[in-house]
Amino acid sequence: MATLNNYLLVSGLLFAIGLAGVVLRRNIIVVFMCLELMLSAANLTLVAFSRFHPSHGLPDYNGQILVFFVITVAAAEVAVGLAIIVALFRTRQTIHTDDLTSMKG
Amino acid sequence: MPSYLFWLFSTVMLAGGAAVIAFRNPVASALSVVACFVGLAGLFVGLSAFFVGVIQILVYTGAVMVLFIFIIMLLDLKGEVKRATTIAPILGGVGLVIAFVVQLTCVLSRSPDLPAPALDKTTLAEASGSLVHSGTIAASGKIATALNAGSLPDVHLIGRALFTDYNLPLQILGVILLVATVGAVTLSKKTDPSDRSDRSDR
Repeated sequence: MATLNNYLLVSGLLFAIGLAGVVLRRNIIVVFMCLELMLSAANLTLVAFSRFHPSHGLPDYNGQILVFFVITVAAAEVAVGLAIIVALFRTRQTIHTDDLTSMKG
Repeated sequence: MPSYLFWLFSTVMLAGGAAVIAFRNPVASALSVVACFVGLAGLFVGLSAFFVGVIQILVYTGAVMVLFIFIIMLLDLKGEVKRATTIAPILGGVGLVIAFVVQLTCVLSRSPDLPAPALDKTTLAEASGSLVHSGTIAASGKIATALNAGSLPDVHLIGRALFTDYNLPLQILGVILLVATVGAVTLSKKTDPSDRSDRSDR
């Protein structure tokens, strides 16, 4: 049987992969996908804690409802973010973050 | 969940996650995210969170990633694949990840480990008894019947909490989705030159 620390380790590794992607990829769509990976890693932690800390002998459903809210807000975020990327591509003809330096000091 | 299934799904998830960064083609990255999320949904089901596992598949791999792939196809990115990588961001990313993983292992080695609490027929029947006793659920309702029969009515329990304790956040969530829809339509709408001159007059 997998223990709580196994789940926390796996979710931490997924978060680290997402963080690495955000730092080292330059394609803004891939950066956005890596953000989704980090959100999902947080979701895995929430579900693991809800299963391993029961209330009334059942999994603690407050954690899973938080996951439901996170998934819904992430879906809304993806819709708005991709619309911003499309608008960005229309005006600049690029989605490479190195080319987007007009706000650089 | 048996141990080998846990490691199988974690390997699928982490390999998919690593492939997202490794592939240069954004379409391949998007498909790796799908593989990663399928593994993650397997882990959710293994944690007896059936509802969360199903919406992970439906919302993320079904809707969100299709939207991503749709946008990648729409933008027609030809020059993006053949760019030279610079060494500085790779070093920074790898260093950051190593620091994070070292911190994580230090914290986990000191925190107490828990085995999974049992979810068998007797604990479910006890849970039903205590929930009925505290007045949370009706004694003859669907939740109590399913718990007494030894199955976990995951969707019913989440739905009950969502429409009682979390009713106001749920309504706010509906407003957020509406605002996001309107925002996405407004942002991606083509701006008309004549429309713009109208706006500057005002």
